[in-house]
Amino acid sequence: MRLQFYVLSDYNPKLIMTTHILLKDIENDIFSFQEYQLRGGYASVEKALRGMSPDDVIEEVKKSGLRGRGGASFPTGMKWSFLDRKSGKPRYLVCNADESEPGTFKDRYLMEMIPHRLIEGMIVSSYALGSHKSYIYIRGELMWIAKKLEAAIQEAYQHGYLGENILGSGFSMDLYVHLGAGAYICGEETALLESLEGKRGNPRLKPPFSATVGLYGCPTVVNNVESLASVPWIVNNGGEAYSKIGIGRSTGTKLISACGHINNPGVYEIEMGLPVEEFLYSSDYCGGIKDGKALKAVIPGGSSVPILPKELILRTAAGAPRLMSYESLMEGGFETGSMLGSGGFIVMDESTCIVRNTWNFSRFYHHESCGQCSPCREGTGWLEKVLHRLLHGQGKQKDIDLLVDITKKMEGKTICSFGDAAGWPIASAVRHFRREFEAFLTK
Amino acid sequence: MPSEVSIEFKPETMSKVTEIIARYPDGFQKSALLPVLHLAQKEFGGYLSTEVMDYVAKILNIQPIEVYEVATFYTMFRLKPTGKYVLEICQTGPCCLMGAEAMMSYLEEKLGIKLGETTPDGMFTLLGVECLASCGTAPMMQVGETYCENLSLERLDEIIRRLKKAS
Ligand SMILES: Cc1cc2nc3c(=O)[nH]c(=O)nc-3n(C[C@H](O)[C@H](O)[C@H](O)COP(=O)(O)O)c2cc1C
Ligand code: FES
Repeated sequence: MRLQFYVLSDYNPKLIMTTHILLKDIENDIFSFQEYQLRGGYASVEKALRGMSPDDVIEEVKKSGLRGRGGASFPTGMKWSFLDRKSGKPRYLVCNADESEPGTFKDRYLMEMIPHRLIEGMIVSSYALGSHKSYIYIRGELMWIAKKLEAAIQEAYQHGYLGENILGSGFSMDLYVHLGAGAYICGEETALLESLEGKRGNPRLKPPFSATVGLYGCPTVVNNVESLASVPWIVNNGGEAYSKIGIGRSTGTKLISACGHINNPGVYEIEMGLPVEEFLYSSDYCGGIKDGKALKAVIPGGSSVPILPKELILRTAAGAPRLMSYESLMEGGFETGSMLGSGGFIVMDESTCIVRNTWNFSRFYHHESCGQCSPCREGTGWLEKVLHRLLHGQGKQKDIDLLVDITKKMEGKTICSFGDAAGWPIASAVRHFRREFEAFLTK
Repeated sequence: MPSEVSIEFKPETMSKVTEIIARYPDGFQKSALLPVLHLAQKEFGGYLSTEVMDYVAKILNIQPIEVYEVATFYTMFRLKPTGKYVLEICQTGPCCLMGAEAMMSYLEEKLGIKLGETTPDGMFTLLGVECLASCGTAPMMQVGETYCENLSLERLDEIIRRLKKAS
């Protein structure tokens, strides 16, 4: 099945094919409330608030098999069912629109082009979870998108989809946009909650998990923009219909933001299970490598996931075609596999210097470490220094192993998974491209 | 801004502040800190002086230290005056694959300053920043609230020319 995708071409978006779930009707300029509603927008709010109990909605999301699109791919329905409903405290739904993972730019386009799809998803999800005040935490740099979202939220209020006693159902809620201020770590859900409370973005020690102690000490669900924007379709068409799209436990569609050395960088909605080779080379998607060059490597899920060389991104070590799905991209584990992560698909051609690129990412992680945990605060700094030294021809043979050693000493030893995320790109680059690192020693 | 001028939000901004505080449950007005610091930075000369931070602390009824520790954590808050226009060029991996480094050197040469510096006439500050979720239209930079995407040397010339003309 071919789904709609959407290509960025300068400021003038070029649209190629038709329709499915997240980007449905994007070609019809459904930015405005009227156009959006005309094409079936807000139907899921009518359906859920008039005829379904909150538990019915949760049940459909469970059946859909939807997994979190923010990177960790935790099943959304299961996360919702963990929310503590017995504490008697208010419950909160917070949308994670921090989108700061290098290579990822999908949520931004979804919010910019179809703000009402996220708002609709948040209303239905808030109803399911019993949240009467819900927040969209958006990275501060996207100020103009925050303004568009706020304007769209006002339209939803005017049409009775937000506010008191929505559609006469007795359910009331408010929805607010909250601006961050530039910190990658605030994408981590507990750092995000700290930031929303007006503090530094330092991740919290878990347990307790947000499902019991989240925002203001109350039970909280944090979900990615794309996860929440998938909910209206699931409610309208049923979880079972959603679960039939995709492959195996990777159900539904996924937004992939593709960038780097390709002919058609852009945001594509693909059905899970599309072969990587087709995604990369078909003119319907990335359109092959730019300037007729050859492929060297791909980071398939945002900068935090392992890099794979050409042979291993197109086929698994066992020789099976690699597919765009959680399972297929992970096949081979850390030795020969990677992850779908956030769907940030970064393509590198034969001219790319892997050492320079790896150093660049190490600089990023060093800059963005919140500094709470010593292994991460110090480790990211060491990694950057050692890579800088290598890059400038002053490295020693043992530096290459030192890099791997440092990443091992960070992995699993920090409060949040930033420490893992900072190490994986480096460990995998050394694993697959050791010769390139060694070539810098002789210079 | 000269320090003798008393620090106080304009009435319109103040009513915006009140509206923002009301978004959060009673007793959690500290949640408004980031949004209010954005407003303060915009209104009081593009950076957060100690006086401005103390003023924000007073409005939100929190300790000044609670404001300082936040203002120093987030990269969008500036603690020193900047040039009239801040050019924030993305220097992260995906943008570098598409030539961000060449854009940075070109700007350094054109403006006669290094990353992190301000031109002597106070017009431009040049900064390197991290991924701005615009990797598909790389290389790119942010100027104020605007994203300038698909940069080329010609486009940089054009942007600089327009900014000079506008001022
Ligand atoms: C360092 C770090 C950065 C993260 N950044 C983001 C982000 O920008 N956006 C996002 O949705 N999730 C991000 N996450 C994942 C969140 O912690 C969380 O799992 C997610 O928001 C849950 O939503 P989901 O289940 O719908 O994916 C990040 C995690 C870590 C450890
Ligand atoms: S790397 Fe520059 S915008 Fe993402």
